[in-house]
Amino acid sequence: MMLVVEGISAYYGRAHILADVGLSVARGEVLALLGRNGAGKSTTLKSIIGLVPPAAGSVRFEEREIASRPSYEIARLGLGYVPEERRIFSELTVLENLEVGRQKPRPGVPEWTPERLFAIFPNLAEMRNRPGGQMSGGEQQMLTIARTLMGNPSLVLLDEPSEGLAPKIVEQMAETLKALKQEGLTLILSEQNLHFARLVADRATIIEKGRIRFTGTMAELMADDDARTAYLTV
Amino acid sequence: MTAAPTADNGTPPLEFFLSQLLTGLASASALFLVACGLTIIFGVTRIVNFAHGSFYMLGAYIAYSAITALGGGFFGFWGGVILAALAAGLIGVAMEMTILRRIYHAPELFQLLATFGVVLIVQDVALYLWGPEDLLGPRAPGLTGAVAMGSQRIPEYDIFLILFAPLVLGVLWLLFHRTRFGILVRAATQDRQMVAALGVNQKWLLTGVFFLGAALAGLGGAIQLPKGNAGLTMDLGIIAEVFVVTVVGGMGSILGAYLAALLIALIRVFAVANAGSSLLGIQLWQVELVLIFAVMAVVLVVRPWGLLGKRETLTGHHGAVEPPLLAAPAALKWFALAVLALLVALPGMAGTYSLVIATEILIFALFAASLHFLMGVGGVISFGHAAYFGLGAYGAALMVKHFAWPMEAALFAAPLGGALGALIFGWFCVRLSGVYLAMLTLAFAQIAWAVAFQWIDVTGGDNGILGIWPSSWAATTPAFYGLVLVVVIVMLLAIRRIAFSPFGYALRAGRDSPLRADAIGIDVRRMRWFAFTLAGLFAGVAGGLFAFLKGSVSPDLMGIPLSVDALVMVLLGGVQTLAGPLVGAVTFTALKTELVSLTNYWRLLLGLVIVGLVIAFPQGIAGFVRDRFMAKETRA
Ligand SMILES: Nc1ncnc2c1ncn2[C@@H]1O[C@H](COP(=O)(O)OP(=O)(O)OP(=O)(O)O)[C@@H](O)[C@H]1O
Ligand SMILES: [Mg+2]
Repeated sequence: MMLVVEGISAYYGRAHILADVGLSVARGEVLALLGRNGAGKSTTLKSIIGLVPPAAGSVRFEEREIASRPSYEIARLGLGYVPEERRIFSELTVLENLEVGRQKPRPGVPEWTPERLFAIFPNLAEMRNRPGGQMSGGEQQMLTIARTLMGNPSLVLLDEPSEGLAPKIVEQMAETLKALKQEGLTLILSEQNLHFARLVADRATIIEKGRIRFTGTMAELMADDDARTAYLTV
Repeated sequence: MTAAPTADNGTPPLEFFLSQLLTGLASASALFLVACGLTIIFGVTRIVNFAHGSFYMLGAYIAYSAITALGGGFFGFWGGVILAALAAGLIGVAMEMTILRRIYHAPELFQLLATFGVVLIVQDVALYLWGPEDLLGPRAPGLTGAVAMGSQRIPEYDIFLILFAPLVLGVLWLLFHRTRFGILVRAATQDRQMVAALGVNQKWLLTGVFFLGAALAGLGGAIQLPKGNAGLTMDLGIIAEVFVVTVVGGMGSILGAYLAALLIALIRVFAVANAGSSLLGIQLWQVELVLIFAVMAVVLVVRPWGLLGKRETLTGHHGAVEPPLLAAPAALKWFALAVLALLVALPGMAGTYSLVIATEILIFALFAASLHFLMGVGGVISFGHAAYFGLGAYGAALMVKHFAWPMEAALFAAPLGGALGALIFGWFCVRLSGVYLAMLTLAFAQIAWAVAFQWIDVTGGDNGILGIWPSSWAATTPAFYGLVLVVVIVMLLAIRRIAFSPFGYALRAGRDSPLRADAIGIDVRRMRWFAFTLAGLFAGVAGGLFAFLKGSVSPDLMGIPLSVDALVMVLLGGVQTLAGPLVGAVTFTALKTELVSLTNYWRLLLGLVIVGLVIAFPQGIAGFVRDRFMAKETRA
């Protein structure tokens, strides 16, 4: 297993958000973290990347314990994070946004340059000097992903990459993620959209009220009507 | 303060105006450098660095020493200037690494306080190293001449300064757009957390930013040296103007800082060009400061985030959430009664000196309580509360001096003075929030200070007003102590009463969640305005008493240091109990009195104490106690 999360709990102030959350993902696999609004998907991803340090439990990435490390160190180990609110730097141009994400090449993982990314995200190529604030939602979403890839990560956490995108762009996004998988990247994506998850994920983990309720392959989930109706908005 | 040149008869007005304009632009350069350092630091760290004026002052002093050590000449001078900038930058780094790193997560008020502690420390270090006398700046070799422009002569160095600011602006633009460091800084200005999640170690980014900002301030101090002196009042002298420039330009905007610095230069030119005219017996050049602050107030009301600033989106770490105000438990009430009994019995037990100190402490307790009412109950942070204390003091003193009112009547003028000032300034202040609010309150205090300082005919200027003595029945120390005791207790009870009245509850509702309070029909802004005025009124009472205690008033009563003293008192005691400011006032006044009697370098010690307190208790002493208490709860 490339990433193993075991028994983490997390708090916002005194509010207990995650309780005993565990999940794992193997190299080259795409895991969907599913759940309704407010279930704790974003918090789980933030705990892994260190933005909301877990109060208990362990997070092992490539055999290394990363649970209480600062997020820049975690990112430097090759763990990329794409936030849900498209936190692009709106004052910075596309190229400058990519520059912020740039890290040294890492052995054994694909190495990204702006040019290679523009091949995957052709829209971005046409607006390389445009400030991020003047891009459409879909373009911004692409830019957040491209920016994270500039860090040459081996595992990428994507928080609701399909959220708020037009159906056509959602399909494009699914293709993009498959292409990244082809490159050998491991992905964890949080999703409410089961349809989108089916397009790209191999396995699924369902979270509800901060607890894990289901873990299995995508096929198992599609066969389990009870789990789907109980924990997901269908 | 600029001298007042009058347009002499032979000069054509346009030429005179142009030469004034150039002088103004030249003076804008140093201001721009300092302000742009402050704005860069704020952009990334979200800390308003009070000590920025200190870097400016150190820049001037270090440049002086370096130029002297290098033996002057072309290389000596410019080498000294560069050395000074680098040294100021390194001092900034030292400050960031030893102090600020520990308090990035503290409420902004504590951060401001810590940087003010640094101001105090630097003041005494500079006094120790360079002595109390102003040091005359050397002239810049190669630029000592003047260029003729019609009948006017423009100093070459002025022309250099005018060109220098845009040059720096250009270099900074390149730095921020063409280097990785610059791009990271711009990104971090917008979203620090995201920058960290992308694998950037912000620690060094923040340190780097501090170096840059402090070096710019040091450079500002160094390049203005040929135009003036290096002196001990440079730090607080420039900081208020720098705040104005950054706030008017928009926090975090370098170009905004430049435009605002130019705007201020133009106002100054306007004031000087109309030096002959006068208003209410004040010559226009004298109201220069007032004009500058007035422009700032107008800009902020029209554009609350400055000319080129971004609307403040950062919420959440503007201050600790305060728990509800609790009525004192019975035990505490008994304790309060015991203290009261002690206070009543004090004149029988203590000597004159102790009694005077006790009187002072009582007055400051009221002053601190008025600030606490504004902050703790109203949720409005004031960095210039001394303004209302001073207005109260002047209100009383002016009545005594100009209308020969007796003490009893003059003491009623004091709250009026404080309340009136707060009514006017408060109207602007309650429109803002966060750092902008804090800086505006400070700027208003500086206006009040400037008026007291410059309106010599009425206020006596720097010397203030002397001979403000109590009526004969209250002239002895014990009698005056008794008067103060009664007034202060009545006022404190009144504050308490208001805090627990429906108005007080509504005020707190507005403090805790303005949106919800608005939704249930509370006009939060109006209530805050009213609270501001009330706080000014109570501070005015304290100021009036203080005037009669000292027998005089001076502009110092409105100065930044006194405002900060009040804040320290409130924070020392804790914000969430009404007894807090009283405890704080006693502790702080006793501490300060002790330090002053101990050594000439009491500022250094006081600064160390403030910095130490903030580092030890980044959530405030009360927050510390609360956390400890909570920890116990969960353990049990
Ligand atoms: N900054 C915060 N402070 C306090 N509570 C928060 C904060 N962020 C999230 N929460 C709460 O934590 C819980 C989990 O939130 P989280 O964002 O992880 O959910 P999510 O599954 O990502 O939901 P969504 O699909 O809406 O993005 C929610 O109840 C939410 O209200
Ligand atoms: Mg979410």
